[in-house]
Parts: sequence; structure tokens; C-alpha cells
Amino acid sequence: MREVMTKTMARNVFYGGSLFFIVVFLILSAHSVRYVVTKSTANAELTESVARGKHVWEKNACINCHTLMGEGAYFAPELQNVMSRWGVADDPEAAFEVLKGWMEAQPTGIEGRRQMPQFNLSDEQIRELADFFLWVNQIDAQGWPPNEAG
Amino acid sequence: MKYQTQKIAYWYFLAAMAVFAVQVLGGLWAGWIYVSPNFLSELMPFNIVRMLHTNALIVWLLLGFFGAAYFLVPEEAEREMHSPMLAYIQLGILLLGTAGAVVTYTFDLFHGNWLLGMEGREFIEQPVWVKVGIVVAALIFLYNVSLTVLKGRKTAITNVLLLGLWGLALLFLFAFYNPANLSLDKMFWWYIVHLWVEGTWELVMASILAFLLLKLTGVDREIIEKWLYIIVATALFSGILGTGHHYYWIGLPSYWQWIGSIFSTLEVIPFFAMMSFSFVMVWKGKRDHPNKAALLWALGAATVAFFGAGVWGFLHTLHGVNYYTHGTQITAAHGHLAFFGAYVSVNLAIITYAMPILRGRDPYNQVLNMASFWLMTGGMSFMTFVLTFAGTVQTHMQRVLGENFMEIQEGVHLFFIMRWVSGLAVVIGAILFIYAQLVPRREIIEPTDQYESEGA
Repeated sequence: MREVMTKTMARNVFYGGSLFFIVVFLILSAHSVRYVVTKSTANAELTESVARGKHVWEKNACINCHTLMGEGAYFAPELQNVMSRWGVADDPEAAFEVLKGWMEAQPTGIEGRRQMPQFNLSDEQIRELADFFLWVNQIDAQGWPPNEAG
Repeated sequence: MKYQTQKIAYWYFLAAMAVFAVQVLGGLWAGWIYVSPNFLSELMPFNIVRMLHTNALIVWLLLGFFGAAYFLVPEEAEREMHSPMLAYIQLGILLLGTAGAVVTYTFDLFHGNWLLGMEGREFIEQPVWVKVGIVVAALIFLYNVSLTVLKGRKTAITNVLLLGLWGLALLFLFAFYNPANLSLDKMFWWYIVHLWVEGTWELVMASILAFLLLKLTGVDREIIEKWLYIIVATALFSGILGTGHHYYWIGLPSYWQWIGSIFSTLEVIPFFAMMSFSFVMVWKGKRDHPNKAALLWALGAATVAFFGAGVWGFLHTLHGVNYYTHGTQITAAHGHLAFFGAYVSVNLAIITYAMPILRGRDPYNQVLNMASFWLMTGGMSFMTFVLTFAGTVQTHMQRVLGENFMEIQEGVHLFFIMRWVSGLAVVIGAILFIYAQLVPRREIIEPTDQYESEGA
């Protein structure tokens, strides 16, 4: 090995190769950004309400129990397709009502069941969160999740 | 201790071990909520406990990396650190930020405030002021260490270490970018999370391992440093485009399925190389270093990282498999063994090596430390097995049969009980490790030979 490759050669391969892969990665990233904006998330308009709903999602640390598009904690159900699961994906008003009913019923306090906290969201926040879930439901994610169970 | 300023590492390692204790206790708590879901559920809901568990992990690993840098940079650069004062200020900022994050999460202070409130994207939940503190601390660190290296001897070990630390600091800047479009958010979020643990952190890990093997085995520096470059080259060549394995199902183009599958399969190579390299160096090495515990941790890190990050990563990385396993307990199994093997163990290895030197306490108390290695490694392996079983059942029932999530979770309850018991073994091991570092003053078993203390 000593004859095949010296330390200097190994170092140059490391620096040169890494630079090459960084450049390739950045080019693909740029293309991916375009794809997201013009294709995969272009099915539904990203409104002010959706953007605010994302913050409701974040400020209450929902991701540390649930998964969203498969990422997060694995303690509570997947939520990308929650609106489809509830059968309200095409009806924003019903989505709001069902989500409001759900949020207000927490925590259930049932012995031996995982507990979701009471987040004390206002009606406006629940509507924004519902809009966010409706928007996420429209993302073209290469056919994931495999079924309604998420 | 050859250089006075290496003493800085002592305080970083102490802080790291304290946060390590918080992390494993948080894990024990979170695991208990899986077993008994009503446990203090209104006082400390699962999401808060999990934030403490994951954030504490990241913080203590970084504290350990910083400590490792303060320990090995003076020896490699053959000069004192540029400014010990700056190093202690950096530690103060990091500890203040850590305490601030813990208090903010636990009591949900300043809810919704843009500067003071919790931000809530996974792993980067820290309030903005803490994120700014992390950046300031990183800048101080990089200034201090880079200046020391530039003025002193430059080695491959410090080159790679610095490159890793610069890279991770720069990538952290993406934590300030939060687009409203969830797909873009996720895409750039992985710039931090993936390119940390499967990119820059691997550079840090490899350079710490190289330093340890250099000291413990006495193999020629030229050979070790050449291999270091080869290993980190394979790490970045596979790891950068390997990011693609996170881009399958978040709204990105389908070509990531092939790029991600191919390159993340290659990600096994650097871990296999690190493992093989470590064992070969130990076999080749002529030095019989008395700190056997450090050698055990170094070899253990390389081996468990290969299984946790390499094998368990490959298990669910091909997109055809990942379509079904994505976001199940399989991911949790892989995450636990990978983090433990790669980054926890390499930190505990450098701490085990450095602490006796920093405390001027050679020879070394090894027996308790080695017992803690087997407790933690055994516990973590068993945890990984049971979570893999739970995840396999979950994948089939949820993703193939389409059954309800909560009912499946109740069906695999037994695995969560076994996971908690194995977690208990890890916690006992962690506490034993900290005890072994700090308390005993005599060897439990007197060494049979009289080793010459090499002090290095």
C-alpha cells in the first residue's frame, strides 16, 4: 500500500473528491428546489394561514411525538395524511371542525393510553393548523405513505 | 500532560459527562412513558422529555468534541492553546445556553416568542437566543483552535479535525433558515442533521480515533495519517450524496431514490474501514499501553459504529425497503445504536484516555470503566434488537396491512418493556462510567507488570 499511495496522494484525493461531490450535491439541490416550488408542492396554494399553521405546529413541539412525512418521534401517528384519514381532505370547514373536536378532547386521561397534551389553541390557531395539514396532504411525496394508516 | 492548556479539556469533559447523565436519565424517562403512558403525562408530556433527551445528547457530544480538540490540538500542534480564557468563556456560553434551553422546554417559557421561545423543529428546537449563543461559542472555538494550529505544527489529525469542526459550525447556520414550504424546510434541515452525523462528525470521529490509535498502539504516524485521509475521503464521497436517502418521501425529485440508495449503501465503507483499520493498527502496534480501557472504548466505538451506523443503516436505506420502514421503530433502533457506537463511544474513549492524564492520576482505574463499557454496549445492543423486532412487526402491520397505528403500538408493548430494561442497563453503565472517572483513587486490580507511564 505504501508504494501504491502516499499520504500526500491520499490527501489530494480527499480534498479534490470532496469538492467534486459538494459541487454535484449543490447542483442537484438547486434543481430540487425548483422541482419543489414548481411541481411537488404546486398542487395547493401556500397561503398566509398555511405558513402560520406551520408555526403552530412548531411552537408546540408536535414533531417530538408525531411524525410528519415520516420524520419526527415515533410515539404518535403520522400526520401528513391525517386529513385523508379523517376523510376531510377536500373540505376545509369540516377539517377545522374535526381538528377542533380532537384538540379539545385532549388529554383523554384514559388509563394505559398514550396522552396528548391540552395545547389551549385558539379557534384561529386551530384553523391555521388545519390549513397546514390540508396543504401538507397535497404534497406529491412519490407515493408515500403506502396507505391511509400513514 | 505535556501542555498546561490541555487542562481546559478537563472542564469540557466534566460538563459533557454531566449532560450525558441528563441525557440518559431523560431517555429512561421517555422509555418509561412508552411502558406506562400516564406517568406524569400532564406535568412532563412525552414531547418535552424527548426534547431533553435528544438535545442533551447533541450538546454533550459537542462538548466532548470541543474537549477532545482542546486535549489533542496542543499535543499535535506542539504549543499551548492560543487563549485559555476564550476557551472558558466559550464553555460558559455553552452551559448558559444549555441551561436556558432546558428551562425553556420544561416550563414552556415565552411560548411563541421569536427570540426567547422554543422554536420546535426537531433537534433544533433551541430558542433563537440559544442558537446565536451556539454560533458565538463556535466562532470563539474556531478562532482559538485555528490560530493555535496555524502557529504550530500541522498534522493530518488536526487538519481533518478542524475541517470537521468548521464544517459542522457552518452547516449549523441553516438552523436560522426556516422556509414556510415544508418540503424546502425538510430539505435544508437535513443539511444540518445528515451532513453533521454522516459527514462532518465522521471527520471528527476519525481524527479522534486516529489520535487515540497513534498514542495507544505506537504505529508510525505516516501510516495512520494516510489511512485517516483515505477513510474520511470515503466518508465524504459516500456521505454527501448519501443525503439522498432522506430525500425519498419529502416532495423531492425521484432521482434521489437511486442516488440515495447507491451512495448511502457506500456509506458502510468508511465505517467498515474505521473498524478494520483500528484492529489492524492494534495488531501491528508494538506499544503495550497501560490504559486498556481507552483501547477497549476505541475498538468498541469502531465496531459498534460499523454495526449501528453501517449495518443497521443499510438495513433500511434502499428506497424499496425504506418505502415501508420509513418513520417506524426501525429508524429508532438504527438511531440508538449508530449514535451510541459512533459518537458516544468515541467521546467516552477520548475521555477514558485523557482523564487519568488530566488528573495526574496514572496508573488508571480500569476495571469499573471496562464494566461500564460492557453494560452500556450490551444494553444498547439489546435495545436495538428489541426495537428492530418491534419495528419489523410495525412495518408489516401498518405499512403492508394498513392497520391502525395506536393498536399496533399496543400490540408491541412487550418490546417497549424490554427496551426500558435494556435502557436501565445503559443508565447504570453511564453512571458507573462517570463514577469510574471521578471517584476511585486506587486500582481495583493491581497491575501485574510494572508499566512505564508514558504520559502520552
